[in-house]
Amino acid sequence: MNALEALRSALEALRANPLRSALTMLGIIIGVAAVIAMVAVGAGARALVMKQIQSLGSNLMIVVSGSVTSGGVRMGTGARLTLTEDDALALEREVPGVAIAAPIVRGSAQVVSGNLNWSTVVLGVTPGFFDAREWDVENGRGFNPEEVEGAGKVVLLGETVVRNLFEDQDPVGQQVRIRNVPFQVIGVLAHKGQSTQGTDQDDTVMIPITTAKRRVLGTSQANARAVGSMLIKVRDGEDMQEAESQIRGILRQRHRLLSNQDDDFWIRNLSEIAETRDASSRTLALLLAAVAAVSLIVGGIGIMNIMLVSVTERTREIGLRMAVGARARDILAQFLIEATTLSSIGGAIGVALGVGAAVGIANLAGWPTLIQPLAIVVAVGFSALVGVFFGFYPARRASQLDPIEALRHE
Amino acid sequence: MAALIEVHDLAKTYQLGGHAVHALRGVNLDIAAGEFAAVMGPSGSGKSTFMNLVGCLDTPTAGVLRIDGIDASSLDGDELAHLRNRKIGFVFQSFNLLQRTTALGNVMLPMVYAGLSAKSRRDKAASALGRVGLADRMDHRPSQLSGGQQQRVAIARALVNDPVLILADEPTGALDSRTSLEIMALFQELNRGGMTVVIVTHEPDVAKFARRVLSFRDGKLVGDKVNPAPDDAAVLRAALPDAEAA
Repeated sequence: MNALEALRSALEALRANPLRSALTMLGIIIGVAAVIAMVAVGAGARALVMKQIQSLGSNLMIVVSGSVTSGGVRMGTGARLTLTEDDALALEREVPGVAIAAPIVRGSAQVVSGNLNWSTVVLGVTPGFFDAREWDVENGRGFNPEEVEGAGKVVLLGETVVRNLFEDQDPVGQQVRIRNVPFQVIGVLAHKGQSTQGTDQDDTVMIPITTAKRRVLGTSQANARAVGSMLIKVRDGEDMQEAESQIRGILRQRHRLLSNQDDDFWIRNLSEIAETRDASSRTLALLLAAVAAVSLIVGGIGIMNIMLVSVTERTREIGLRMAVGARARDILAQFLIEATTLSSIGGAIGVALGVGAAVGIANLAGWPTLIQPLAIVVAVGFSALVGVFFGFYPARRASQLDPIEALRHE
Repeated sequence: MAALIEVHDLAKTYQLGGHAVHALRGVNLDIAAGEFAAVMGPSGSGKSTFMNLVGCLDTPTAGVLRIDGIDASSLDGDELAHLRNRKIGFVFQSFNLLQRTTALGNVMLPMVYAGLSAKSRRDKAASALGRVGLADRMDHRPSQLSGGQQQRVAIARALVNDPVLILADEPTGALDSRTSLEIMALFQELNRGGMTVVIVTHEPDVAKFARRVLSFRDGKLVGDKVNPAPDDAAVLRAALPDAEAA
């Protein structure tokens, strides 16, 4: 019997009990559909994380003023402002991998507009910051060089601040007061959403770094050029590790640190944070796939159960086939092919259903899903394997029947 | 010339719950090619065991069994399957047709295991159905056929691989007397064409159509009679009034 005829004969046998065959397949159908849909959801979640990382800037580093040791007492991060605007200029000048080094001063303040007020994060930044973060001004305009140089009293508002202070009005051109200093709103920042740590990135206002120091947040008494941190964008294609070690070298040199002294700054690589997030979403995807795989195995047990019933029901047929010349291996092959046909058809239907579910989830629930071709291949292959594995025991039982007993079976 | 079936001191012992059951206790006989033999005996006489052994469905505990010169007592399962496939055609009381396939499909079944091409399978199955008078019923399923027609399909299936022996186990047991006569007439016709036919039955009415009657009792062959003038089933069938013309 060649493969095509075996398949046709298997289909004939399965057609003899259409409802039973369909119900048996259901286990595999659900299993395969679940694998494909779950993997698609998992992959979609990962893709979303990757997008967040992109929005954060995958090649960004933050250098934060670090702890200093004073008389044996180690102070916390940012205890002293060890970084300066000149450090930033030096990094841009001397480290070839650094595209932008944007100094930042940061504080929090009450922002007042008319009779509304809102406490938010005030960032004093340079135009380079917007380039590094790839953060646009959506409505209005950004800072011009004169405003940065001359400590202009202009402010850009984050979306959350706009919502709390202006509700439905257009804020551009209006006045707000930050720590009682009047500022003119020149623009609204583009929506940025949550950071990977879950903080609202849109709950902020930005003013020129010079203005921040002179009029709002104040300057360090030790050094008027000091800043709390700086954002560094590494050029595309440059190695982050390499750039980090060069930055460390320049800063240590500029801060005149001896080789036995600790760094007085911290360098945080944002892609590391992103990788952690990525790893956790990968774990989630794996977990979903594992749960789905379990349902495939349960489906396989269903197939075994039905094949055992089928072997019992068709004992006479088996006896007859043996009487007319079927060898044990012919009977074995027949039932194995039936089981595998059952599971493979179930697998094919499951693929269609799984792809449909993934598309449906994307459209209805708004979750991002990404259908993985590999998941389809693995799920179909696995379902065929389930048929062989769980079909083997019933098929072997059939092949070992005694033809005389089988023919006499009622 | 050697007989088609040679049986020497054939014995079969089953172990049943610790007891040895001697189903067959040393049987000797030869059946020549072209014979029409009936195997008779009450239940427990060993006739079914004898049939299973001659049909190569079972292996003897002791003794020699040769089918068409092949020593069947020393073959393994696959070799026995091959021997059944090539040399023996079975006909059963309950027809044993596959319900989900057509008459043609049922007749093709033995050739599936003989490894014939699909084309020659079809041709041979169609001609076998023609021989039993069912050329116009090839695409019917068993449920669409009468009992007699189903048994004819089974006989076509038995014939299709050109066996040397037709082995029939109570072939008329599930049929009415009119249809039984038709089936026996078919066997007689095949026998006249040279086919060796062995029928296992407990009905004397069936045995009277055979030219040789073998009687079993308590696992032994107790009678071996030649019937010089067997009844002609076709004649008897023709003599019946056609009460319910089919």
